[in-house]
Amino acid sequence: MAASQTLAEQLRAQGVSRRGFLKFCAATASLMALPPSLIPRIAEALEAARRPSVIWLSFQECTGCTESLTRSHAPTLEGLIFEAISLDYHHTLQAASGEAAEAARLQAMRDNAGAYLVVVDGSIPGPEANPGYSTVAGHSNHAILMETVEHAAAVIAVGTCAAFGGLPRAAPNPTGARAVMELVHDKPIVNISGCPPIPMAITGVLAHYLTFGRLPELDAYRRPLAFFGESIHDRCYRRPFYDRGLFAESFDDEGARQGWCLYRLGCKGPTTYNACATQRWNGGTSWPIEAGHPCLGCSEPAFWDAGGFYRAVSVPPRVNAAALLGAGAAGAALGAGTALAARHLTRDEQQHREPVTVEELEKKL
Amino acid sequence: MNGAMEFLLWTKGPMFQIALGIFAVGMLARLFEILLLGRATNHAEARAGEWLPGLRTVFTRTIPDPGTFRRAPFDVLVGWVWHLGFIIVLLLSVPHVELIAGVFGVSWPALPNPVIDLLTAITLAGLVAALLHRLLHPVKRRISIPQDYLVWALTFAVVLTGYLAYHRLVEPYPLALGMHILSAELLLICLPFTKLTHIFTTVFARWYNGAAFGRKGVRS
Amino acid sequence: MSELSLERGLAALRAEIDAPVAAFFSSCVRCGLCAQSCPFYLETGDPRYTPILKLEPLRRVWEAEFTLWGRIKRWLGLGQEVSDAMLAEWEPLLYDSCTMCGRCSMVCPVGNDLAYMIRKTREGMVQSGHAPEGLVAASVRAIQTGSPMGLQWKTLAVQIQHVERSTGLTVPVDRAGAEYLVMLSSMEIINFPEYLEAITRIFDHAGVRWTLSTQCFEATNAGIQIGSKDIAAELVERVVAAASALGVSRVISPECGHAFTAIRWEGPNLIGRPYPFRVFHIIEVLDELRRDGRLHTEGKEADRLSMHDPCNLARKSGVIGEQRALMGLVAENFVDLDEHGRFQWCCGAGGGVSSNERAEPLKLAAFKRKKAQIEAVEPERMVTMCATCRTQLEEGLEEFNMDIPVVGLTEMIAEHLVERPAVEPEAGTESGQPA
Ligand code: HEM
Ligand code: SF4
Ligand code: SF4
Ligand code: SF4
Ligand code: SF4
Repeated sequence: MAASQTLAEQLRAQGVSRRGFLKFCAATASLMALPPSLIPRIAEALEAARRPSVIWLSFQECTGCTESLTRSHAPTLEGLIFEAISLDYHHTLQAASGEAAEAARLQAMRDNAGAYLVVVDGSIPGPEANPGYSTVAGHSNHAILMETVEHAAAVIAVGTCAAFGGLPRAAPNPTGARAVMELVHDKPIVNISGCPPIPMAITGVLAHYLTFGRLPELDAYRRPLAFFGESIHDRCYRRPFYDRGLFAESFDDEGARQGWCLYRLGCKGPTTYNACATQRWNGGTSWPIEAGHPCLGCSEPAFWDAGGFYRAVSVPPRVNAAALLGAGAAGAALGAGTALAARHLTRDEQQHREPVTVEELEKKL
Repeated sequence: MNGAMEFLLWTKGPMFQIALGIFAVGMLARLFEILLLGRATNHAEARAGEWLPGLRTVFTRTIPDPGTFRRAPFDVLVGWVWHLGFIIVLLLSVPHVELIAGVFGVSWPALPNPVIDLLTAITLAGLVAALLHRLLHPVKRRISIPQDYLVWALTFAVVLTGYLAYHRLVEPYPLALGMHILSAELLLICLPFTKLTHIFTTVFARWYNGAAFGRKGVRS
Repeated sequence: MSELSLERGLAALRAEIDAPVAAFFSSCVRCGLCAQSCPFYLETGDPRYTPILKLEPLRRVWEAEFTLWGRIKRWLGLGQEVSDAMLAEWEPLLYDSCTMCGRCSMVCPVGNDLAYMIRKTREGMVQSGHAPEGLVAASVRAIQTGSPMGLQWKTLAVQIQHVERSTGLTVPVDRAGAEYLVMLSSMEIINFPEYLEAITRIFDHAGVRWTLSTQCFEATNAGIQIGSKDIAAELVERVVAAASALGVSRVISPECGHAFTAIRWEGPNLIGRPYPFRVFHIIEVLDELRRDGRLHTEGKEADRLSMHDPCNLARKSGVIGEQRALMGLVAENFVDLDEHGRFQWCCGAGGGVSSNERAEPLKLAAFKRKKAQIEAVEPERMVTMCATCRTQLEEGLEEFNMDIPVVGLTEMIAEHLVERPAVEPEAGTESGQPA
């Protein structure tokens, strides 16, 4: 692939007009919440940008993330972005297979050492786990990851599995699955969480990287603030119902039909940071809450273990009734012990009790 | 990973269990160490029974006699306001109704959020007034011990963090909610070991009082 | 010989702790409302007189030894000890500034029966040698002479003669098989001899078979006031022995509040067994006679009368309606004080305060509450039914130059009895002159 072409040359070669290109720049700006005044700068930067080499590693994943990215509707930003990067290695998408595929990865790493991006989807059995749980071409996921990121410019963890461990990491986490950021400590990392993540979030980050040559501003979980800066609840169109205290209590009650808030049906919107409410899904068609289903909180750490999907945010995952009863019984025993010990003491004392006598009192006069 | 979300999950998960466990141990120990002490047999001829007057007092003590109300209206009103606010918010707000339903499997109707929010604001104001009164009134200042201020702070913290969470005044939200749940758990943990036990023992105290007076034919 | 000591005091406090005490201390929220019910705090404004604070010695013993948490604290060296010095500091709080009136027990929002605990704490004070001199002296006299004032039967015998002379009736003494044994208080005998005369007339009028006992005439109980079961039990045993000797079925407590609670409510528990007789306050007996139609009165007092309910009679024994019904018999212009009955205010002298010279200024201070109540109603006379209250009211009103006489209810009833041709209640044996 022609990694040396600039993006502008590439796009023009594909027949994208100047106008189309500027539209792309404007869309990128708005996506990343940048002011329109920056559009010319973006255009300028993009025109001069080299197509970066991207190595896409898929580990313990379901391919949902890739599906999300590719199930886009033409002509799309996602499509454009795919043109704008040099995707040198991707299990699912690349034509090469077997040894050739692995060779392509090593080749790209050598050619672009220090400059290539590594995109990861899926979680990784950690170094202490059995390496055989997940392998590619006989190499453990962990070994491949560590080898590949060594000379990378940055790592982009796509999807909740890569960002936080996701489904494979759900209790009891049989494969010892870990998130990328738990294993890679010396490289810039961006997490684009979601199960799957919103496609625009992936392309937005790539566009930002292309434009500015650096990663966008991140939150405490290293998620791009442009997409993860606000909670679902804060942008949810059902919020007025929440504020007024109007809730659906089952999926087919009057409240559900009226489109009331889904809090009591387990909506995790309040604790979930993602852009579903603004970007929506399937080319802007709809999104879960609009479809009548509570947010599952898929872009948050440990979302599988955060309590039932259909139980409200305030409900703790599980209460161990047996342990609680045990604690109560232990408490009762302790209390009874204290009372009986005190009673025993006083009874003993009473047996040797000296009554107050007049003689004793007289001495006090 | 130890971000806000993990903190929230910790407060909802392990910490919740720990708090409930300590509470269960402490509170049952407390009740047993009180009740097992028993009372000596009373040989004096009773004028009336004990059970009904005892139960009566359990309820009637909630409302002070008119003279006491006249002498200490501030105590009575402020006490009432924040206790009621606290109890209503605790038992009748949507997140708490869901919590109780989720943990104990019983549920009842909830009040709309704006009502709860107003009550919360009133409760906060009531608690501040109660603190000021404690600091300024000579009797309260004289009999207060550090524990009283600790208990106040814990109680205030629970309501305040609930308010902050509801209004999203602390970001990120999981941090705010985690703080709220953690303060509720601290309250639960301290309950058996501080004057907060009165939540459970007042019933017995009032009953004993009502029974002792009732036996002599006096409504107390 | 043995001596009162801190160890004995602490053991006594421990012995007093029961489930109610534990529930009370566990429930106190330190709201301070009990202070708003205590005349000693209200009239001095001194927060030291907050009722719950008076109980700190008992509370510390409870926390340190009766709670798991307290044991842990003590083990960590965080416990609070009760020392001799502390008890000395608390002595005036427990005796001088508390009449055990029980008002705080009615007001505490969590239901703490504070007066119950004050009574218990005094046990520890006596055993540790921290009771006030006045009460110690009264207790010693009560045990040694049978009366806290050192009064002897001789004095009473003289009074009986007076009564018999002025009424022409016989005061029955040591009459076996009488229904009622009448007990007296030394204070009555000395300050209010009209009481004996009044009951002599009333009982004659109503045909009640009654008697006094030379074996024991005194029913006040210094042991209850000082807070010593041992002293109190001995005094109660004397009454029980006298009543049993005469085989009476009913014992009448004098017009004295604490004597009544002592013999009525504490007595059987002090001696550890039920009585073979029943105990009544004279007011209860009079009201029973009224209800049975055995009291015939004529004429009514026309002046404005109000009434002081003795704490021990009203709040602590449930005799509230009776005295009002009796007032209805003899007064046409009766008005109650604003807070009366179970919410009455203590006169300030009960619970041993009047025997404790050191407490004199506090006793007067506490009376100001009563005074204010009386001023609000502006009666021409006050009526009461307890010798201690009556003395305190008289002295207090005089101190403040208020010209309001205080009368006993029993005397007032006696004055209004219809003169009837003397019907001999029981024929024959009219002996009345013991040795
Ligand atoms: C003593 C116990 C508690 C008290 C007094 C309390 C009080 C409050 C208050 C005052 C609010 C704010 C309501 C408003 O401003 O509208 C609130 C909200 C909330 N509380 Fe509690 N709370 C308690 C325990 C708990 C516990 C144990 C949990 C969960 C395990 C919990 C979960 C919540 C949630 C989820 C909210 C909603 C916050 C929001 O709307 O964003 N609370 N609580
Ligand atoms: S994050 Fe969700 S969609 Fe992506 S790989 Fe994991 S399970 Fe699949
Ligand atoms: S549906 Fe969910 S995200 Fe929307 S307002 Fe309700 S709780 Fe918040
Ligand atoms: S009124 Fe009751 S709760 Fe309040 S300080 Fe007094 S004893 Fe404690
Ligand atoms: S019993 Fe009466 S005098 Fe004693 S503390 Fe209580 S209110 Fe005050």
